[in-house]
Amino acid sequence: MAAGEYENAGDYIAHHLVNLTYGRLPAGTELCNGGVAETTQWQLAGCASEAAAMGFMAVHVDSLLWSFGLGALILFIFYRAGKKASLEAPGRFQAAIEIIVEFVGNTTKDVFHGRTGAIAPIALTVFIWVFMMNLMKLVPVDLIPYPLEKFFGVEYHKIAATTDPNITLGMATFVLMLVIGFSIKMKGWGYLRELSFTPFNTWFLVPVNLVLEIVGLLAKPISLGLRLFGNMFAGEVIFLLIAALFGASILFMPLATGLNLIWAIFHILVITLQAFIFMVLTIVYLALAHDDPH
Amino acid sequence: MNFNLTFIGQILAFAIFVWFCGKFVWPPLTKAIDARRKIIADGLMAADRASKDLELAQERATKIIREAKQEASGIVDAANRRAAKLVDDAKDKGRAEAERIKIAAKAEIEQEMEHAREQLRSQVASLALAGATKVLEASVDESAHKAMLDKLAVNL
Repeated sequence: MAAGEYENAGDYIAHHLVNLTYGRLPAGTELCNGGVAETTQWQLAGCASEAAAMGFMAVHVDSLLWSFGLGALILFIFYRAGKKASLEAPGRFQAAIEIIVEFVGNTTKDVFHGRTGAIAPIALTVFIWVFMMNLMKLVPVDLIPYPLEKFFGVEYHKIAATTDPNITLGMATFVLMLVIGFSIKMKGWGYLRELSFTPFNTWFLVPVNLVLEIVGLLAKPISLGLRLFGNMFAGEVIFLLIAALFGASILFMPLATGLNLIWAIFHILVITLQAFIFMVLTIVYLALAHDDPH
Repeated sequence: MNFNLTFIGQILAFAIFVWFCGKFVWPPLTKAIDARRKIIADGLMAADRASKDLELAQERATKIIREAKQEASGIVDAANRRAAKLVDDAKDKGRAEAERIKIAAKAEIEQEMEHAREQLRSQVASLALAGATKVLEASVDESAHKAMLDKLAVNL
């Protein structure tokens, strides 16, 4: 039990919530081993405080690898299915892929009444990608990080990318970019007028309108990203707590097994639901960008 | 948990994936689905049409069979009638022939009888004359009594 090697459950959980960070460590930073960094250099963070010292100039290697890897994998699977699609006799694999595609297509059509040409692929990407990243939460928390630490010396590793706010907010920000892009494409200068003259249609209140509308605009992706992050992070913490229970005593093992099972089964619902919610909200925001909301 | 470049990386990754999905994943899949939907709809329509065709063909077949039956029974009737007529004709002909033969036979008999009578008649005169000659011997003159003898022969 990995948790047995930590002083207490708190340490165990805190350790498991640190990403594998590669970044620029500024000179003069206090290192984990008690020393002080002499020069500014790019390196892997040895502990949470080093990662914090790197600030913005750092990347979470694990988050990005898993997120990009899983996205590429699932898109490749769908790409293969599309390339080898048989018209007369679709196999089970193709049927399964098509069920998802149809499901996403129908959801898009339900929300957005218009040409779904550009929105549906975005929705599909969001759904399958977020689902795959969420799915990594069902992998036992120590299954991959522990061997990596033992045999490769990789001290920190989180495989569930959506428990990293950078990932969820990054996706939400791209959705915001798409919203702005579609709005400009559909409405042109009308979009600026929409931002300036709603809700108060007078010249005097243009600044107030702008502030209100921009806050409203920004609230969407932030809530979108934080919702996913919050759900996934909270679930991950519960998984870690249960995993810590395994290490506490051999007596707790049956209890921990039962809890883990229940929580994992519950999470099958949660991860799918969160992926679905993320997709639907993306569609809704993009649909709003297409038609005049006022 | 720190906010950092991962954020930018994720935006880029998202952009790449959306582009890839929109260009290489979504179109072939939806195209396949739509094409299959069309194939199925066409197939169902063809099946519908085929069953309607079958219905029509069956109707036509029963009609043809009914007509053929009618025709066949008509032919049989005509044949029967013709056969009866032939038999009747043959009967009539036979009857007529029989009648004809009977008449011919009768006529022959009559002729035979007449002939015999004629013969008898021709001999009666001489026989009676011979008898009378015997009875009367010389007193009878053949020429004188010829009229009486002829009358006798006629009455025979």
